[in-house]
Amino acid sequence: MSERIITYGEAVREAIGQAMEADPSVFMLGEDIGVYGGAFGVSGDLVHRFGEDRVRDTPISELGIVGAAVGAALTGMKPIVEIQFSDFTAQAMDQIVNQAAKIHFMLGGELAVPMVLRAPLGSGTGAAAQHSQSLEAWFAHVPGLKVVMPSSPYEAKGLLLAALDDPNPVIVLEHKLLYKTSGHVPEEAYRSEIGKSKVVREGKDLTVVATGVMVSRTLEAATQLAAEGIELTVIDPRSLTPLDMDPINASVAQTGRLMLVQEAPKHVGYMAEIAARVSEGPAIYSLTEPVKRLAGLDVPIPYAPQLEKSVVPQLPDIVAAAKDVMRGV
Amino acid sequence: MATITPLTAPNAERVSQDKEAAIAALESLLAIRFFEEAVDGLFARGMMHGTMHLSIGQEAVATGVCAALRKTDFITSTHRGHSHCIAKGADLTRMMAELLAKQTGYCRGRGGSMHIADVETGNLGANGIVAGGIPIAAGAALSQKLQGKDNVVVSFFGDGATNEGAFHEALNLAAVWDLPVVFVCENNKYGMSFSTAKSMKVEKISDRAAAYGMPGVTVDGNDVDAVYAVAQEAVDRARSGGGPTLIECLTYRHKGHSKSDKNLYRTKEEIDFWKTKDPVGIFETKLVDQGVLTQEEVDQVTDKIRGEIRNAIQEASAAPDSDPAELLSSVFREVN
Ligand SMILES: Cc1ncc(C[n+]2csc(CCOP(=O)(O)OP(=O)(O)O)c2C)c(N)n1
Ligand SMILES: [Mg+2]
Repeated sequence: MSERIITYGEAVREAIGQAMEADPSVFMLGEDIGVYGGAFGVSGDLVHRFGEDRVRDTPISELGIVGAAVGAALTGMKPIVEIQFSDFTAQAMDQIVNQAAKIHFMLGGELAVPMVLRAPLGSGTGAAAQHSQSLEAWFAHVPGLKVVMPSSPYEAKGLLLAALDDPNPVIVLEHKLLYKTSGHVPEEAYRSEIGKSKVVREGKDLTVVATGVMVSRTLEAATQLAAEGIELTVIDPRSLTPLDMDPINASVAQTGRLMLVQEAPKHVGYMAEIAARVSEGPAIYSLTEPVKRLAGLDVPIPYAPQLEKSVVPQLPDIVAAAKDVMRGV
Repeated sequence: MATITPLTAPNAERVSQDKEAAIAALESLLAIRFFEEAVDGLFARGMMHGTMHLSIGQEAVATGVCAALRKTDFITSTHRGHSHCIAKGADLTRMMAELLAKQTGYCRGRGGSMHIADVETGNLGANGIVAGGIPIAAGAALSQKLQGKDNVVVSFFGDGATNEGAFHEALNLAAVWDLPVVFVCENNKYGMSFSTAKSMKVEKISDRAAAYGMPGVTVDGNDVDAVYAVAQEAVDRARSGGGPTLIECLTYRHKGHSKSDKNLYRTKEEIDFWKTKDPVGIFETKLVDQGVLTQEEVDQVTDKIRGEIRNAIQEASAAPDSDPAELLSSVFREVN
């Protein structure tokens, strides 16, 4: 039987549709998610299947709609908020950081906020500095938020369904460049466990941890490098909070080399956390080379395609960096 | 456990015309007043930690509004939230325990004065962020509508909050979706030190309702009957699908903004003038003058409430302190 292949965007939509069919408390709210079908086409025909009440177009009002999602989540519903571009979460930060993230703890544990906030992140579309950021570290730094970054169509569906099962606020950061990419996605509803890193490729020479679009880019690099006799292990943490270090530490113990790849700017980026955690445990004694971080430049994302590409790691950058680590430079 | 008689809607136009409802309202007014005087005293004696915002002088707002609510209705509250919490029916002991940093407090000592929520009575929480609760109230109201329930949500907030974007976004959402929510602004003339005269050009905060296509009304916030009357109308409208209302209650806080206030932005004359319009005294006088209660009955209620506050302090003081050993629990709810 041939594998069922759909796109990342379709996988997200399928997950939402299945969740809405299974659970009447699930509903969606966001800007232009109705007949328009969503800025990236994710909600598509959902409004025709579930109606305007459950696929709710909102005014351009990020703070208001995230707040409304928090209130709905507190009182028995399971909202999925779509923020058109993850950059616009800045407008809603009070409700995300001061309300959703805090309520369970701050109010003593009786109330919870089972809300899912989906937002597309990342560069590569020429939309420049205010529509292209990778802000995952903002959210991962706030206790009380879970943060996932699906790196493939399979994970887009599995992580979203897991996020909807979770009784906590979960930030789902989808990558814009992945929406149109295709991959194997089972039709039935399945879950990718939040808090379990996934080894997506095994190789003896170098451990690479990558997130978001960098996972597939690193896998491509791994194929090229394999032809030259360098075997990569590629690990996708999938969830940044909670973070599962076990497979990373185990792999570093075997390869003795660690490279970390992210699109976001390097300075105080998420991968610094992984480097720090490796250095806090016994895996550090296995390292034969310094840890290599390959990340975005510490600049806003520029418009011109040649500039934009230069800011974030591209395939040749990953290949070259891996070779550097292997050569000990 | 220390509780007061739950507020109820009167079997008459005014709260003060129905003895049962009037006693409950008086209990509420006095419980808020004595609770806050007690914590003010505990604070002065160094027995209470942090800071707090007292609503002494504003008791009629929460009391009049909550008299129009059912137990299953929800509220969102503010940094100045003791009054809302008490009027919605909270256990005074658990409130006091929270302020005294006890394990038995509403938030197990994690929230303090500014963050008390009470699931039992539909209090979705006080809030340390000015205007933070307003969009949440709209969402809770959306949730009621989607679930086909006829509960109403009341959002309390100050005059200062109406200059925040969250206020405007939430009112617009509530209006375009006809949500069962009532926005109750306690206009005590100041946001911290900044007067409404300086912070907005509109004369009445209720005028802002027009921008969202909802009714707006200004009322004497020191008069329980007046507050109840407009709240009841707004709550009825919300419950029957007529959408949101903005109510502005004109009132005044007798105490400083919080514990750091030196009252440099207002005059003693102004404070003294407003003390002559004390909502508790006004209501008591009205009940006695109208013959609804005798002075003796008022005194009995007063003694009863003083006793409840004493109980609350005693019970709360005897409880174990909140426990650092369990600090890491409840950052997340367990996934089952
Ligand atoms: C977003 C935000 N800005 C500022 C503050 C600091 N602050 C706390 S209460 C307050 C005044 C609020 O005024 P108002 O809304 O009128 O309520 P009141 O204190 O008069 O009850 C301020 C400035 C805050 N807590 N949150
Ligand atoms: Mg004020």
